[in-house]
Amino acid sequence: MKYFEALGLAPSLALDPAELELRFYARSRELHPDRFVRASKEERDRALEASSTLNDAYRTLRDPVARAEYVTTSAGLDSKALPPGFLEEMFELNMELEEGGDAAPLRERLAALDVELESAGAAWDGSPDSPSLGKVREILNRRRYIENLVHEHLSD
Amino acid sequence: MSTFQIDFGEDAGPIVGIDLGTTNSLVAHLSLTGPRILGPIVPSIVAVQNGELVAGEPARAVLLADPSQAVYSAKRLMGRGAADVAEELSLFPFRLASGSEQVLRLVVGDRTLTPSEIGAQVLRALKVQAESELGRPVAQAVVTVPAYFNDAQRQATKDAGRLAGLDVLRLVNEPTAAALAYGLDKRKSGTIAVYDLGGGTFDISILKLHDGIFEVLATNGDTHLGGDDIDNLLMAIAMEDLGGEPIAAPERERLRREVIAAKEELSFVPISRIDVELGGRRYQRELTRELFEKLIAPIVERTMAPCRACLKDSGLTVEQIDEVVLVGGSTRIPLVRQAVRNLFRAEPHVELNPDEVVALGAAVQAGILAGDVQDTLLLDVTPLSLGIETMGGVVSKLIHRNSTIPASATEQFTTSVDGQRNVLIHVLQGERELVKDCRSLARFELKDLDPLPAGLARIEVKFTIDANGILNVTARDARSGRETTVEVKPSYGLTDAQVEAMILESITHAEDDFRERQVRESRVEADNILAATEKAKQSDAWFDLSEEERAAVDRAVNELLMAYHSSDHHVIQRYTAQLNEATMALAENMMNTAVQGALKGTKI
Repeated sequence: MKYFEALGLAPSLALDPAELELRFYARSRELHPDRFVRASKEERDRALEASSTLNDAYRTLRDPVARAEYVTTSAGLDSKALPPGFLEEMFELNMELEEGGDAAPLRERLAALDVELESAGAAWDGSPDSPSLGKVREILNRRRYIENLVHEHLSD
Repeated sequence: MSTFQIDFGEDAGPIVGIDLGTTNSLVAHLSLTGPRILGPIVPSIVAVQNGELVAGEPARAVLLADPSQAVYSAKRLMGRGAADVAEELSLFPFRLASGSEQVLRLVVGDRTLTPSEIGAQVLRALKVQAESELGRPVAQAVVTVPAYFNDAQRQATKDAGRLAGLDVLRLVNEPTAAALAYGLDKRKSGTIAVYDLGGGTFDISILKLHDGIFEVLATNGDTHLGGDDIDNLLMAIAMEDLGGEPIAAPERERLRREVIAAKEELSFVPISRIDVELGGRRYQRELTRELFEKLIAPIVERTMAPCRACLKDSGLTVEQIDEVVLVGGSTRIPLVRQAVRNLFRAEPHVELNPDEVVALGAAVQAGILAGDVQDTLLLDVTPLSLGIETMGGVVSKLIHRNSTIPASATEQFTTSVDGQRNVLIHVLQGERELVKDCRSLARFELKDLDPLPAGLARIEVKFTIDANGILNVTARDARSGRETTVEVKPSYGLTDAQVEAMILESITHAEDDFRERQVRESRVEADNILAATEKAKQSDAWFDLSEEERAAVDRAVNELLMAYHSSDHHVIQRYTAQLNEATMALAENMMNTAVQGALKGTKI
């Protein structure tokens, strides 16, 4: 997985933010285009490519949700499946919202999903075929569904 | 001028740091003792004087004498289209040339200039100043831009550099440069907010510092908010005082200068006075700080929303900001300082001259690029989200604002019609959802695609925002891996070809200018010899010549007079030399007469 390579890390869903930052800074010192302004066109192009990949990698991996999306997509998991009973639950919540309730219950569920995502992610061993990734994908699907609800509710 | 050269090893020439400001510009260089400003401040004014373009102080003199021959605050028009400068035109004495619907051009005297060409004149003046201070040629520079400048505005600034014969190695955001200048990296880690209110633009940036790394977390601003707006408010009052009658342009500029002086004074005294002669009328007015603050309160308030948005985007609270830095001349205003103090609940840094701090920081960045500064690195962000137009006039965001640059995004495109050979991609910048609310950057055309049934083509387009905050687009056919031709049609500003043409034109102009000067110089020479001959013909020495010699001189004089108006200096020079030859004997005679006269002790 390109983003982990860019930061010199083995694929993992449980990353220490402080360590990630230090690695990002160290790599930036080596790769940033500032270091190559007087180099050849090829070297400058390479620096631009390498540092933009590094920045994209850091931006993605430091956010647990974006990181999980990246890992599952890279592993070829594109299922949009939701667990049984989830939609019924959401319909009820949505009804409450439309009757003038606030989005607080949705936000609580998002927070709970973040905790769930963290523990499911910690269980991943780095292999693209690991069944724990399927669990991560399913959590992300629920999360996305609720986020859309919040978004719709706010834009009403 | 001789200067002491410091050997940094391989000498690729100095890289200078330039603050190309709305009102004033400066150039600085990093030496072993730290960054220093080279030469005096250069007003960002360009004028036509005796048929030539001048910038800086000479241009200011022209502006006050005959405003139609000068232009200032042109940075406000950088990278903009005719449609979005209507407001500027009502507030500033910009005169748009016809044909500005395509590329914006201003009328300055008998010239029409793009904002980039105007910027180039100021850059050229700074280049010359830096060369004379450093005692060696300067070909490379770091140039600062407002952090909130969009792609077109950045590109226009880079074009200005090219037109001035400067290789702009990096565009640096002004607030970030200021943070570098403060050398706050001496503090190992912390967070800094930079509040930059200049002549024409406002920026707020929040940075995180870690072991020499300056990481910009978020930036926000308004590229049309600054001291200029305050000046316009005061001008409006003065015009009202004067009964709303229109006044002549030179007087208007004099009034503006007085109003600005009064404004600046108010930062230090509670009452200032405007007292100016305007074409026989005398305008006097007292301005209290109280009234002034009431007037500018809305302007100061307009800077607060971007500050709050920036804080939010940075993910920090006010309490987490360790240092606040003030940049830009307008931050001398006590009310501005008070507003910043209130918002960030901290005493802002004002140790460095707010007019110089950006140029000094640009010099530090130049030092980083030259490899003279090893441990410092700037990680800046893109101020605006980048997206492409999708179905229904909706913008699909590819790179979000406040992403660390360089940043990239890859998107797959396909065809919608059988055998389609090209695809048009409309790229926009802005935070809104709809195309009509975002700023069009350019249309990229993917050309010469293999004709395939609809939907089968797979073209991978890579959007990269480089370290200057400027977009690059490359495309390849995902099936063949072949690079796809991308043609760029910028929505505003100049195409590469137009910039090249301008550079060529300026070179041709330079040649014209050079040839013109040679012609003039040879005419001066001809004038001298003609005058000397005329004078000699009055002396005794003339009559000592033979008749043939006198006839030869007369003929040579006539021939030179005929050649005199030639536009080829060689011709003038040839007949000048001929007259010189013909008057040889005459000169000798005069010499002898003079010597004899001197021997006799008599005057001739």
